[in-house]
Amino acid sequence: MNLAKIFISALLIDNIVLMRFLALCPFIGMSIDVSKSVGMGLAVTFVTVIATVVTWPLYMFVLVPLNLTFLKILVFILVIASLVQLVEFFLKKNVPGLYSSMGIYLPLITTNCAILAVTFDNISKGFNLIEAVVYAVGVALGFMLSLVLLAGIRDRLKTAPIPKFLQGTPILFAATSLLSVAFMGFAGLIK
Amino acid sequence: MKRMWNIFIKGLVKENPLLMLMIGLCSAVAVTTSVPNGIGMGLAMTFVIVFAEFVISLFRKLIPSDARIPIFIIVIAAFTTMVDLSMQAYFPALSKSMGVFIPLIVVNCIIMGRVEAFASKEKPLDAVVDALGMGIGYTWVLIGIAAIRELLGNGSLLAIRVLPESFQPILFFTLPPGGFMVFALFISFNLWLKRVIAARTELTSAREAA
Repeated sequence: MNLAKIFISALLIDNIVLMRFLALCPFIGMSIDVSKSVGMGLAVTFVTVIATVVTWPLYMFVLVPLNLTFLKILVFILVIASLVQLVEFFLKKNVPGLYSSMGIYLPLITTNCAILAVTFDNISKGFNLIEAVVYAVGVALGFMLSLVLLAGIRDRLKTAPIPKFLQGTPILFAATSLLSVAFMGFAGLIK
Repeated sequence: MKRMWNIFIKGLVKENPLLMLMIGLCSAVAVTTSVPNGIGMGLAMTFVIVFAEFVISLFRKLIPSDARIPIFIIVIAAFTTMVDLSMQAYFPALSKSMGVFIPLIVVNCIIMGRVEAFASKEKPLDAVVDALGMGIGYTWVLIGIAAIRELLGNGSLLAIRVLPESFQPILFFTLPPGGFMVFALFISFNLWLKRVIAARTELTSAREAA
């Protein structure tokens, strides 16, 4: 029950993009069409989960006993950056099919602030490892959901009459604003 | 001097990191619910970018190009940690209201982008000027967005009530959707500003030619 609560609130109520404003750069940059959004979403899910599985034990069993918690930022970002690199090498060698469909998104993920935020949240919210992984999956799928939604809207915007002063990027943020209003409706879902 | 000024000024409007280059957006929408938050975030970010660009520019000839990205990240993370810890110590309330966004300066693409595109090639002094321009360009947008959101969403500026009591605060602006909407209008405003400036420079250069 508790796990379901964590998942739903990460996915919808505290949606990482629309409610917490994280990962906006890939949100605007990669939501060009639905298939790109799904690809990016899957790559982010993959890396977020692995980053959680690595950083959580590292923090609890290495940094805390050694009293080095102030190095959290430095250690986590290095772990994520090297993980992305590692995943890239691994996929390239062993699963070339997956690599060719996901590969171009991987380097971009290092600078995706959602992943670093998830690893910090896991610590500050006091999750255990299983809760942390569920939370990571929820956040990452929430990211994918918002990306796919915006990609769908962008499709419609191509033919829509847009006021001149909102043409280009401004209309994307205006649309995001309306999406965000819709997501606020989920707030009452969990007490 | 003129050249320095040009490096500095381009960060404000023409190459404004938030409104033109569309990078480092997350913190700009997230923390701007009130003006003090906007100022705090702007200064924290300016501090990190100035020192990161300065240090990397000093060592630009020693950094091997294959290993440059991890080295940049370590330098940026070191300064971010300094800012994070000092804010927790001296401004606990401010640090708490900005939450995870201070440590997230480390993945702010503005810093990474400028370090890669500018500081790793230019002289330390130029890099500092460039960083100041980018930092102030970032800060003015943050304060602008924060001012609109605090004024309309709360009826106050810098936590001092300025609108009359009869004004009903529009909650929309302090909530996430309001942040996106005000940001959309800011981009639109900056595009207009850029057009006006371009038209004016064209006019003056045409006049000089004649």
